[in-house]
Amino acid sequence: MAERRHDTDLLFKALADRGRRRLLDLLHQHDGRTLNELCEHMDMTRQGVTQHLAVLEAANLVATVRRGREKLHFLNPVPLQEIYERWIAKFEKPRLKALSDLKRRLEKADG
Amino acid sequence: MARSTFVYVTYIRTTPEKLWSALTDPAFMTQYWFGNHCESEWTAGSSWKLVSGEGQILDAGEVVEADPPRRLVIRWQHQTRPELKAEGASQCTIDLEPSGTAVKLTITHSIERERSMLIEAVSGGWPKVLSNLKSVLETGSVALQDPYPA
Repeated sequence: MAERRHDTDLLFKALADRGRRRLLDLLHQHDGRTLNELCEHMDMTRQGVTQHLAVLEAANLVATVRRGREKLHFLNPVPLQEIYERWIAKFEKPRLKALSDLKRRLEKADG
Repeated sequence: MARSTFVYVTYIRTTPEKLWSALTDPAFMTQYWFGNHCESEWTAGSSWKLVSGEGQILDAGEVVEADPPRRLVIRWQHQTRPELKAEGASQCTIDLEPSGTAVKLTITHSIERERSMLIEAVSGGWPKVLSNLKSVLETGSVALQDPYPA
């Protein structure tokens, strides 16, 4: 499948940060949040959250919708689906699942 | 009122006209929508339905707004699962905006209730359908043949 290298670079770069992954997790829990709502759950400055959201939006992982005076942020899973198709679906899924089940079981037993 | 909303965005290297045609042509649709297709006159007020390859009506409603090749709004009610049908009509807005050499396709699907099972159900489908649509328009073939690969 042809891919725009630029887009793919932006996507993986956006995912390569703990704070940005935390923002995606927050939106996954509850979609359509304002900047203020997201800041409440983030241990960083408002400016930091704004910058992370801009990186996520540039990578198309976050979509924004204006509703009146508010800007709502939504998790856009379409690029993640593309990663899935490009990097995961083609590998042997059952073996990967067995491995991740094993990892989960062992890590649970440890903790 | 509380509502459930999902927003999906993808950028497709095509023209708004070609994308509009891909979104409204039943024969083309079956290529990326896992054998399903929509039937409608695609004018405001006309009926709309999503039909499976076996001819089963999966979802039905009407076109609320049609502004080719820019905007399509569909009143969308699920038909086959009683608990989803009971939630009533949802609204699906499809926006097409030129963006450089691509078209930004935004799907906003919402319903006026919190924790909607319908919105949860369609949320699994839209990313797969959009990813296939992008792939078929850009490369001529789909990425996923089966929505639930084993």
